[in-house]
Amino acid sequence: MKVNFITTRFNHILGWARKFSLFQYPFVTACCGMEYMSAACAHFDIDRFGAGWTRFSPRQSDMLLVVGTVNQKLAPVLKKIYDQMTEPKWVVAIGACAVSGGIYDNYAVVQGIDKIISVDVYIPGCPPRPETILDALIKLQHKVQTQTQDWKWKDKFTGK
Amino acid sequence: MKESLGLRKLKEKFPNEIIEISFHFGDETILIQREALFEAVKFLKHEEELNYELLLDITCVDLLGLEDTIQTAGKDRFEVICHLYSFKLNHRIRLKIRVSESEAWVESLTPLWENANWLEREVFDMFGLKFKNHPDLRRILMYEGFEGYPLRKDYPLKKRQPRTL
Repeated sequence: MKVNFITTRFNHILGWARKFSLFQYPFVTACCGMEYMSAACAHFDIDRFGAGWTRFSPRQSDMLLVVGTVNQKLAPVLKKIYDQMTEPKWVVAIGACAVSGGIYDNYAVVQGIDKIISVDVYIPGCPPRPETILDALIKLQHKVQTQTQDWKWKDKFTGK
Repeated sequence: MKESLGLRKLKEKFPNEIIEISFHFGDETILIQREALFEAVKFLKHEEELNYELLLDITCVDLLGLEDTIQTAGKDRFEVICHLYSFKLNHRIRLKIRVSESEAWVESLTPLWENANWLEREVFDMFGLKFKNHPDLRRILMYEGFEGYPLRKDYPLKKRQPRTL
């Protein structure tokens, strides 16, 4: 029998579509940025996993990559960028500084960006290898695929 | 150690104000009275043969807990350090003053160098020293509403002041 139809669930296909078209916003503040650049460019090529488009506008992106140290003075900026991103959105904390403050256990540095915004995937390392970033992307894709797809987000804000 | 031209001239000009002279890896450090600092750097900058016309840095050290180990210049807590450079002589010179906690003020060098503005604001931000005649003495690195001076040795190591978002 010739099969010319497929069946799936809406939740599943929406997750499949979303996980392979993650538009990223790189919030790069420190040396981890070098490893991120390596991951994003031809050598490691993050585009193989469908996250190749770097949007330098938070309004067009749905994956926020926080790469590097975030200090107290910068915290409101990061919060604002997170708020500007449209739903659905995911956050990846790249490097020890973004995860926990890293070696900067002092008055100036935010002790982990989860003090300000919610985080989906944490990548340890000082700095993490590009492979680790790709591994985290695969983990995030798994999360995007398996979570309940929030596709009525517009209703949440209009109060329907 | 052979003294540089700058140091010799300075000793001639300010024989009583210089407290201590030391050498470290060929660089000269002059500890001078606080009241004489402005005139001394002005002299070093404008003297024809010297022309120390580049202000490299103004910084500060908190000697809390180390006052007893310091023999000269009383037991003042802060040490303010100016680094000067002369293109003409290709030579660096370092001037230090001691400042006590109760009288935490220094004469501003902004009339001589524009870049002293931000350097002094940083010292004010981190150590809380007041600079007399400074045109705009505000915090430069820490955010508004930050309390205390974080590089003072008695600032609590684990104290956190998250910025209100």
